Amino acid sequence: MSNNLKVLINGLIKENPIFVLLLGMCPTLATTSSALNGMSMGLATMFVLVCSNIVISLIKNLIPDKVRIPAFIVVIATFVTLVQMMMNAYVPALADSLGIFIPLIVVNCIVLGRAEAFASKNGVLSSFFDGLGIGLGFTGALTLLGAVRELLGTGKIFSMTIFPENFGALLFVLAPGAFIALGYMIAIFNKLQKKTN
Amino acid sequence: MEIIGIIIVAILVNNVVFSQFLGICPFMGVSKKLDTAIGMGAAVTFVLTLATLVTFLIQKGILEPFGLEYLQTITFILVIASLVQMVEIIIKKISPPLYQALGVYLPLITTNCVILGVAILVIQKDYNLLESIIYAVSTAIGYTMALIIFSSIREQLALTKIPKAMQGVPIALITAGILAMAFMGFSGIDQVFK
Repeated sequence: MSNNLKVLINGLIKENPIFVLLLGMCPTLATTSSALNGMSMGLATMFVLVCSNIVISLIKNLIPDKVRIPAFIVVIATFVTLVQMMMNAYVPALADSLGIFIPLIVVNCIVLGRAEAFASKNGVLSSFFDGLGIGLGFTGALTLLGAVRELLGTGKIFSMTIFPENFGALLFVLAPGAFIALGYMIAIFNKLQKKTN
Repeated sequence: MEIIGIIIVAILVNNVVFSQFLGICPFMGVSKKLDTAIGMGAAVTFVLTLATLVTFLIQKGILEPFGLEYLQTITFILVIASLVQMVEIIIKKISPPLYQALGVYLPLITTNCVILGVAILVIQKDYNLLESIIYAVSTAIGYTMALIIFSSIREQLALTKIPKAMQGVPIALITAGILAMAFMGFSGIDQVFK
């Protein structure tokens, strides 16, 4: 169990997909215009990540080595299609605002990266925890970035008013704000990490 | 007139990198030097045009007539992945110099979300075949342009004194943010062509 916990924590902090590994930048920048959007994108990706990790670790011995990447992609694409259809059915407004980035989870390098680097070499249980850890790290980073942008842009977090909207800089909700906010957050993460070492 | 509108919007107003956030990972990865940026841009232009053509024909010819639209994501990604492999093999055989120039970038392109993104977008926007191809080519031009501008700036950045925690990706992201701000100046220009 302690080993699984270690795998979980590893994904959350030491190998945080956004701030440390710098993977999956496109959805990170595109879907974090508000904390809620960021969190939903993170959860959708986490679902795909956990499910594909489990399935791939179960079938890893059945797949010939040469065709493993296409096989992984089919597994991942299946779960992405599932998420896409579920979101269209139950939360159409959210599916609209995330738009094209739901099908694009397929090409998110984090998901394929974990399948190749972890799930294809480890057992079901630790693959599950790896998916959960990396997924939580991704969701946490997206929610944090979304919250920062929403706060600076409109003075709200999860649509709760913190300060009047007139004081917000709308730029942070728009495209340039995504790049700038993420840039500064990675810099802060770098700085903190150096201090703890 | 509508066609010119599509071209202007895809290159300047809705630039793939600065306003649609597609293809950021390779964008950050290969934009450190001008020549790699040009190589990547050329490879993306080539594959994107071909992939959009093929996926468009598959969508209209196979998926829609048989009511299989829900297989779109799976089909498209497999088609793109095999297409990239095929292009790599063909170029290697036919034109070794071209392979030398583009070869390293081709495997990277499968996971470049520009390709899948544009393939899905042209279906969503309900473009016809000609409009789809023009949209794909213009998007690729916009991507190449962004890469060239950005890599030129990064070559300068390498010589600048930057605080330690900001070096590398953080400063690159902030630079991209300022560029994105500049590109916002183009918004509204497409109204002229409506």
